[in-house]
Amino acid sequence: CLENTDPRTRGRGIQLLSQVLLQCYSQLQEKEVLHLVLFYESRLQDHHLVIPSVLQGLRALSMCEVLAPGLAVSVLKAIFQEVHVQSLLQLDRHTVYSIITNFMGTREEELKGLGADFTFGFIQVMDGEKDPRNLLVAFQIVRDLIAKNYALGPFVEELFEVTSCYFPIDFTPPPNDPHGIQREDLILSLRAVLASTPQFAEFLLPLLIEKMDSDLQSAKLDSLQTLTACCAIYGQKELQEFLPSLWSSLRREVFQTASEKVEAECLAALHALSACLSRSVLSSDTEDLLDSFLSSILQDCRHHLCEPDMKLVWPSAKLLQAAAGASLRAYHRVTHSVLPLLLEQYTKHPQSSQRRTILEMLLGFLELQQKWGHVEEDESTLLSLQAPVCSVVFSALTDPSVQLQLVGIRALTVLGSLQGFLSPSDLELVVDHLVRLTLHEEDSQSSEAAMEAAGSLAPTYPEVFSGRMVPRLEEELQAEREEESFRDHCSLRQRCLQALAAVSTHTSIVRETVPVLLQHLRKVQKGSEAGSAQDLVSVCQSLHRVSLQCQQDAEGCWYYHQTVVPCLLAMAVQAAMQESTQPLLGKALLEEEVLAAMIPVISAATTHLSPELAAQSVSHVVPLFLDGEVSFLPQNSFPCSFQPFEDGECLEAQRRLVALLMAFVCSLPRNVAIPQQERLLRELLALSCSCNCPFTATTAAKCFAGLVNKHPAGQQLDEILQLAVNRMEPGLTEGPRRTQALTLLLWVTKALVLRYHPLSSHLTDKLLGLLSDAELGPAAADGFSLLMAESPDVLHKGCHADVRIMFRQRFFTDNVPKLVQGFHGAGPDVKANYLKGLSHVLNHLPKPVLVTELPTLLSLLLEALSCSDRVVQLSTLSCLQPLLLEAPQIMSLHVDTLVTKFLSLTSSPTMAVRIAALRCAHALTSLPTTVLLPYKARVIRALAKPLDDKKRLVRKEAVAARGEW
Amino acid sequence: GPGGGAPLENANPLIYRRSGERPVTAREEDDELPDSIDDREIFDLIRSINDPEHPLTLEELNVVEQVRVKVNDAESTVAVEFTPTIPHCSMATLIGLSIKVKLIRSLPERFKLDVHITPGTHASEHAVNKQLADKERVAAALENSHLLEVVNQCLSARS
Repeated sequence: CLENTDPRTRGRGIQLLSQVLLQCYSQLQEKEVLHLVLFYESRLQDHHLVIPSVLQGLRALSMCEVLAPGLAVSVLKAIFQEVHVQSLLQLDRHTVYSIITNFMGTREEELKGLGADFTFGFIQVMDGEKDPRNLLVAFQIVRDLIAKNYALGPFVEELFEVTSCYFPIDFTPPPNDPHGIQREDLILSLRAVLASTPQFAEFLLPLLIEKMDSDLQSAKLDSLQTLTACCAIYGQKELQEFLPSLWSSLRREVFQTASEKVEAECLAALHALSACLSRSVLSSDTEDLLDSFLSSILQDCRHHLCEPDMKLVWPSAKLLQAAAGASLRAYHRVTHSVLPLLLEQYTKHPQSSQRRTILEMLLGFLELQQKWGHVEEDESTLLSLQAPVCSVVFSALTDPSVQLQLVGIRALTVLGSLQGFLSPSDLELVVDHLVRLTLHEEDSQSSEAAMEAAGSLAPTYPEVFSGRMVPRLEEELQAEREEESFRDHCSLRQRCLQALAAVSTHTSIVRETVPVLLQHLRKVQKGSEAGSAQDLVSVCQSLHRVSLQCQQDAEGCWYYHQTVVPCLLAMAVQAAMQESTQPLLGKALLEEEVLAAMIPVISAATTHLSPELAAQSVSHVVPLFLDGEVSFLPQNSFPCSFQPFEDGECLEAQRRLVALLMAFVCSLPRNVAIPQQERLLRELLALSCSCNCPFTATTAAKCFAGLVNKHPAGQQLDEILQLAVNRMEPGLTEGPRRTQALTLLLWVTKALVLRYHPLSSHLTDKLLGLLSDAELGPAAADGFSLLMAESPDVLHKGCHADVRIMFRQRFFTDNVPKLVQGFHGAGPDVKANYLKGLSHVLNHLPKPVLVTELPTLLSLLLEALSCSDRVVQLSTLSCLQPLLLEAPQIMSLHVDTLVTKFLSLTSSPTMAVRIAALRCAHALTSLPTTVLLPYKARVIRALAKPLDDKKRLVRKEAVAARGEW
Repeated sequence: GPGGGAPLENANPLIYRRSGERPVTAREEDDELPDSIDDREIFDLIRSINDPEHPLTLEELNVVEQVRVKVNDAESTVAVEFTPTIPHCSMATLIGLSIKVKLIRSLPERFKLDVHITPGTHASEHAVNKQLADKERVAAALENSHLLEVVNQCLSARS
């Protein structure tokens, strides 16, 4: 058969042999391989129909380990000589590349023996290759040729030509392409070749310069990125000749482009060029090109910095900063020329807006200095300009323009971060300015920025801030002013509180500010001013911020916990008891909003405690609530005993403090044992079911749920859950406390859904059943939002709750079919409850999941659009809007319904629905044009009406939507 | 455009800061209270129109300013003056047309629109104003698909 005269038959014979070899090449003996190689080599001269099978055989042999020395070279020579590779089919060309790749992997030394002939042979093989799959392999071979130092000999330019002819890559994968080759793969692969050796520089750089001027943005970007890649391996020698043209192209692009991408890539390339020149090692007689390169940049850009109103000011500043940021040397060279100029321009231009631009540029250069750390260098321009720089920045801080002040504050922060730059007297001045801006600047933006600046500088200079800022704030806080209006006084106190929190970024400062804040809290509580609840909340907000800032530092965290938690508890207990005798005094502390503000303080002070310290704290707090054990509180002589879990009308105030217990006990790390946990759980359960005050009942339910979520699985947990179910079920059926029972059901269900507890499905079914309840149905529907959303105070990751990451998807899969089924079976008066429940679940589902689940739910969502409940309308619209953007194909099928419903909802009586409907109408434009065309006239006509809506926010959406149509 | 073709008429123009987004007030969020159409609202419609030549908005080039916008909601009239960057700017008609089209698309039909050049700021002020005031000419200009494409480009959101 192998000798048959018909080439087809011969081909089939060789094909069979090759297939066999591909299966068993690893078992061949050296002699057998030799024979086969000689046979196949001779077959390369055979009829062209036979060649593909011959190549397959050679590929099998190229994988043999026992291939004798010399054979690899001989096979390759034969292929180079006998086969015209580019006239073969794609697959056969691929086989040739595979043979070469295999030999390069195992016979590197032998192939190198061929010298530059191997390179030349390969150039001929790949010359004219068109297929992207083959190009990826061929580019890899070229990269290896260069990386592994194969001899290129006189063929450098040919090798460059045969690869660079594909630059810039212009390839769009065909639709339904099964090979998955992306344009980006080819771009990166070719770039790796072109930027792999300085030997290509003389050919590549002119090509890049030419393509930077291309009309195609993609070609521009590719050229710039390739240039940046080249700079990593080039030296001064390669760049020298091309620097003027490179600079002029980069400058032209940055000055003219409308595209931020192009600008960013130009700046990156300039940065890379400057870095490359900075890095080059010079011999004694060569000129330092960095210097002349930077000179030409300065010459072209410097004068634009003197025109702070003109368009080119910012492009010029960015170019200079990109070049300066590349090395310390470049930085000195540029700033030496630019900083004095900017300082002079600042003085020359008296207008605030111009000064702002100049200071913003100056700030850019100061931020670069941060990269190099401290400013000890003798040659530092910045250090020699210390006095004028400070004076410019200080003048900005006293300027009436808020915008200029804000830039000044940012500059101040940067100067402060440069170690050794500010003298002790400057530093005092800085703090004085910050205090002044914080307290007395009218504009709140400046005041807040000054506080943040204080916070970021305080860790570097803690003594100056605790010695100079904290006392001033304390003094202001305590000052009683008669002459000022009440309003001014309030806002000043407010700012003091915020500033005390903002500056508490160092442990030593925290030890000063926390007592001041607590002192103030006591003072406000004792006072009888109107609005004191709001003041208490403000103090708590400041305390909360401080606690977040010292969480990471173990010592600071414990100090904070030990100081703040007992103090807050003592004040609250005091207030709860006072109320029973004197109903008016000290009541503010027990108001819901104040307790709600204390929760995050206690929680944040607890979550980061070490288990040992947490255990110490829990051994005090739990007995306080269960047994009235008050001895650990700072002021502990009270008129009566503290027994929040006892029955009795007069104990209502004490029961509210369960909120503080919850904040503490639900934030503990999971491995901290809670003393008397079972008793505590029973008390909470009883309170949540029996209490008439909704705040207390809900808080008790949340606390119970928070503990149950972290409770280790086992018999104890099962018992307590059974107990909960037994109390809940009759409560849900009838009686005066159905709402409390529902609240408990919701929180316990949430606790169990989060940890995938088996009982959760039973409880969820209970909830689903309640959707058809005339009285509780709407509340049960809203409960789905509670189940799906992140809760701010308990049952989230931050307080160490057991939260499985996929719980929402799982809940969706388990319960949405039941919701849909329930909807179809429900009576007309309760249908909306099912839709509402469904809307809540969908709203919280990650968008990618939503898009895949869409087809099954779409018809229901479309039905929901006709529901008259505005919550359902709103959440359905907000569900559909992203789907229109992300799944236009599926949505196109329903375009008729969608157009009609959206347009009719644009005249809803509720503003939020009108806005959402218009956003959906806007999103419709992402459907294919052919789908939209029949509706265009109708939609544009209908959208004319909301253009005249009485609400501005609605008109704005209408303008956007109509403009797009 | 920039990058390839002819050099720009005014390569380094004076630029102005963009005003921020209009802050939403509590009143605007109240479902009941009506908000009348005011100068700022009209200015917000036209300030982000792109200049046909520069990668800048009409606001950044100071071609449009809020003080040169006058609206009377009750009488349904809007008057906008625009100021070309240079007196011989060849783009003046195109800019005026873009402003006019944006307002036609964005305002209720009851409004009567008047878009014209700020007096004394352009060499062919009279001719341009006449074109912009002529309904038939504006309509005809918008039938021209090439012109319409350029106008839409000016009105498109920036990438």
